[in-house]
Amino acid sequence: MLGEQIIKGMAVTAKNFFGSYVSKDRLTTVQYPEERLTPKENTRQFPFLVFDGDDAEKGLRCVACQICEKECPPQCIYIVKSKDKKPDYKGQMQVYPVTFDIDISVCMSCSICVEVCPFESIKMNNEFELSTDDRFKGLLLTKKELAKPNSYYQQIHPQDAKDSDAVIAAEKVKAEAKAKAAAEAKAKADAEAKAKAAAAAAPVGTPPANPPTPPPAAK
Amino acid sequence: MADKIDQIFVTVLHFLVSYLPEAWRPLASSLICIAFILMVFPLIFSLTTIFERKGIGRIQNRYGPNRVGIPFTKIRLAGFGQFLPDGVKMLTKEDVVPRAADQVVHFLAPIVLLIPVLLTYAVLPFGRNMAIADYDAGLLFFLAVGGAVEISVFMAGWSSRNKYSLLGAMRAIAQMVSYEIPLILSGVTVVMIAGTLNLSQIVEHQNQYTFGIAHWFVFTPWGLVGFILFFIASLAESNRSPFDLPEAESEIIAGYFTEYSGFKFALFFLGEYLGMFSIIGLGITLFLGGWTSPVSFLTWIPSWIWFLTKMMAIVFVFIWIRATLPRLRMDQLMGFAWKFMLPLALINILVAGLWHFMSHDWQRWLVCSAIIFGAYVVLGRGLMANQKLGKRIYRYAE
Repeated sequence: MLGEQIIKGMAVTAKNFFGSYVSKDRLTTVQYPEERLTPKENTRQFPFLVFDGDDAEKGLRCVACQICEKECPPQCIYIVKSKDKKPDYKGQMQVYPVTFDIDISVCMSCSICVEVCPFESIKMNNEFELSTDDRFKGLLLTKKELAKPNSYYQQIHPQDAKDSDAVIAAEKVKAEAKAKAAAEAKAKADAEAKAKAAAAAAPVGTPPANPPTPPPAAK
Repeated sequence: MADKIDQIFVTVLHFLVSYLPEAWRPLASSLICIAFILMVFPLIFSLTTIFERKGIGRIQNRYGPNRVGIPFTKIRLAGFGQFLPDGVKMLTKEDVVPRAADQVVHFLAPIVLLIPVLLTYAVLPFGRNMAIADYDAGLLFFLAVGGAVEISVFMAGWSSRNKYSLLGAMRAIAQMVSYEIPLILSGVTVVMIAGTLNLSQIVEHQNQYTFGIAHWFVFTPWGLVGFILFFIASLAESNRSPFDLPEAESEIIAGYFTEYSGFKFALFFLGEYLGMFSIIGLGITLFLGGWTSPVSFLTWIPSWIWFLTKMMAIVFVFIWIRATLPRLRMDQLMGFAWKFMLPLALINILVAGLWHFMSHDWQRWLVCSAIIFGAYVVLGRGLMANQKLGKRIYRYAE
């Protein structure tokens, strides 16, 4: 009969109307500033720099190799190498970035910098509330703002941080073994370690044979 | 006490007017009434927009607006402050008039819409003794003035020089003229039974109780059908979904007010909702007992509260329907008006006559209900007979 289906349809909408007041499951809306969803494990927004220990200056893993700067598709990373050196997590003397800027208005969150970094030092953050009233300086993150402790990384991406820590631990073990071997057979082991390091893409900065001067490419 | 609250607006009006010399009183009284209507109904309109957004949100399992409250505080009022920023936004928007538009007509259209809509409020009895102009031909006045809305719709559509506006206006004219007939014919039954065109007297006619239940016309067979016909026709008259073809967003942008922006757009919006309220008010007055209470033990509640409650209840049903039913096609719209509603309204007039002349016992209930039910089934079958429902067959595309 005419009108039957209209009544049925009206019943459906009425059920939804009253149901939305009764069962919370119906309302999928998250009332954002007050309620939040826990971000997914793989959430990524913009990169940050990992440091070990408490001191951001001392423990920064980045050795200013500039691979990320060169690989970055939208060219949003700007790095200035230091003239002096400081020991990295393996105790090896390395240069470090004096300036490390990421322009997040340019960054496209592609995560390529993370993939190319051989030092486990640049990782993706899941912080997304980055609005600012200064569209130039507010969106240009400097080294100070980018540096985050390893504990933060473990907190936001537990699985990735575990993998990354394992890689670093393995490197450390390797480096220690290398140091031992070097102590035992200094002259012979020197060349051997170099070849091994090159094969494993181990983080060896400037070869120890070179004098500690900045490479001419920087000028 | 209940009486005093019931008559509070009337008392206040008399009190205010009593300070003036005798000659000025009628004019002052009218001006106060006009100010009252201009204050109350736009306020109800603004609250209705929130109700509508929240209601449709809930039907779609969303929250709807729930943020805006009192500025500079944390009080949110469940989003009921939303209409103020909306209004300010409308007022501060640029008023764009197309270069090719007929400037004068384009300017006049929203005003021509709003004036007849506001005039219809003059004859509605909002409560006991609360009809502003208690005309003897109140119903006639209402329908005559309400019919003028169509002119403004066509003015808007024509003067905009926009194909969507013109299409919307032509749809609106076709729709409003078609649905005005069942609207009026369903109202005629009430006039036949009540024997008057005066809306206050029509309400008074329904203000009697047997076994504690009111004699509303909707509780009779002809009144129920009349009310349903009136309800559907008023949906179409106020361009509400599923009869929102004149402003079908997905087809013709906003129909006849596509080229309106800023405050003129707000006037159209306001005029549409005020028209909806007034026609709902008429429906309540004719079939739902106006300001009377449905049961005799609730008569202590002030009459104007009853009127507003009934109005908001029907507004809610309008919102409910809007959230449920999809838009009709133009031929379905016309077919429904001319093939179903018009014959049923005519049969209903016949039934109302029978009801009046048959003896007052169960037989007239049986006979009238049977005729109406039979007519409903037959007309419904006839309406659905030529419908080819099912999988659509494309003639050229395949």
